[in-house]
Formats: sequence, structure tokens, C-alpha cells
Amino acid sequence: MLNPDSVGRTFAGAESVTVSQSEIDAFCAVLSEDNTSVAPPTFSIRITLDQSQEILSNPEIGLDWSRVVHGDQRFDIKRPIVAGDTFKCSSTIESYKVAAGNEIVTVRSDLHSEDQLVASTWSTLVVRA
Amino acid sequence: MIEVGTILEEKVFYVDRAMLKAYADASGDQNPIHQNEEFALSVGLPNVIAHGMLTMALVGKFVTDWAGGPAAVKEFSGRFVKPVIVPADQKVDLTVSGVVSEIDGDQIKIDLSATSAGVKVLGMSKAVVVK
Repeated sequence: MLNPDSVGRTFAGAESVTVSQSEIDAFCAVLSEDNTSVAPPTFSIRITLDQSQEILSNPEIGLDWSRVVHGDQRFDIKRPIVAGDTFKCSSTIESYKVAAGNEIVTVRSDLHSEDQLVASTWSTLVVRA
Repeated sequence: MIEVGTILEEKVFYVDRAMLKAYADASGDQNPIHQNEEFALSVGLPNVIAHGMLTMALVGKFVTDWAGGPAAVKEFSGRFVKPVIVPADQKVDLTVSGVVSEIDGDQIKIDLSATSAGVKVLGMSKAVVVK
């Protein structure tokens, strides 16, 4: 079970992540997107999924990733991501409830480049009973 | 002329196991339920399923094609209501449709829907674009 003290707290990723053109190219190739000058709108998941998983695997938080199903996803994009962007990621546990034995957790992850917020993602995760 | 009620022409994407592998590598999501049939069955799934985020990425492509490029999207959301089931050696459809639901200055809101094999897979999906 999630530690209730985690709700409302923000956890910062330890390392910054730099986006390469080849990562954008690979993502675009799956979608047959010819314009690779900016990343597709859902590209940020490549960074936030990894980072939030690492951040929220902290035993003090208590989220069991092995039973997680993705429920909802939302992106708020301030500007498109481009190759060379270096991001710091932070994840905030915005809400938590238990319904029919399943834990439902909404995590917001923010990507900052320098001091500028570039994208926020909200992932609602269902930890199956 | 774009107005509330304008319909975005329906588009069909095709999803197969090779696309799931390519998306796993491109996104970093190597969860075996998206690649390994034996594993998927062992955790109670009907077969290998597509990444929800791949579904959303393809719906995003539908939106950016209409809006004039990948930089146009400001907000994008959706709920994964049912999985896209991807049997071996088959191409399954992801059929995407949309309608303009609101216009506010230069921002256009689109209500989106996606089905696979006739089953709704993405619900409550909206995008805000600047076209």
C-alpha cells in the first residue's frame, strides 16, 4: 500500500536527462511522422515514465509497480520538446484513493529545462488488488 | 472553415507486433505484456496488448496531421478503457475519429475517440491545438 504521508509530496529525480535527435527520430518512425524537428506530443512519456518509476520506487513511498495498470493520461505542453533539451523531472503524488481494493494514484510529473516548465504529465495508475 | 461540429476525417492505423517492439524500444517501456504472448496469457490477458501510450501516440498523430504538425498540440488527454489486442501475425486496426467541440481564440478543442476491432479503446479523449 502507498504510504499516505507521500500524498501531496513532490519527489525530484536525481539526474537530468538530455534528449537526443535519435530518440526523437525513433519515436517518430513508429508513428510514420516525417517531421522530426520537434518531438511528437506524447514523447515526454519516454522521460517521465522512467523517471517517475524510479522516483516512486523509493521504499518510503510504497508503490508496487509490478501490479500497475495505466488508467488515464494527460499532457500539458508549454512548448514542443526538441533535441538537446536537458530536463530535470519531478513527480508529485496528487491524489490517492482505494476503491474495491484497488489503489488509484494520480502522479503529476513536471519537466523543467533550466527554470522553464516545458511539459507536465498526469498519469493515473491503478494498482490492482 | 473550422467551427464547432467540424468533423475530422476518420483514419485507420494498423498495429502489429513489430510496431509494439518498435514502440517499446522508442519509449523505453519494455513491459512483457506488450511483446510476450506466454507472459501476457499468464497474467490473465487475452493476448499481447498494445501499450496504452502507443494508442495515444497514434491518436496524437491523427491530431497533429490535422492541425498542421507536431508542435500544434497544447493539451492532450485520454482514458484507456479497453486494451488493443494484438495477436501474432496480424494487423489490427486502430480507428480514430474526432470532432471540434470548442473554439476559444486561436485554440481549438477536439473530442477524440478510438476503437479497435469495433471496441472502444480510448475514451474521454480531448486535445487542444493551435492551428
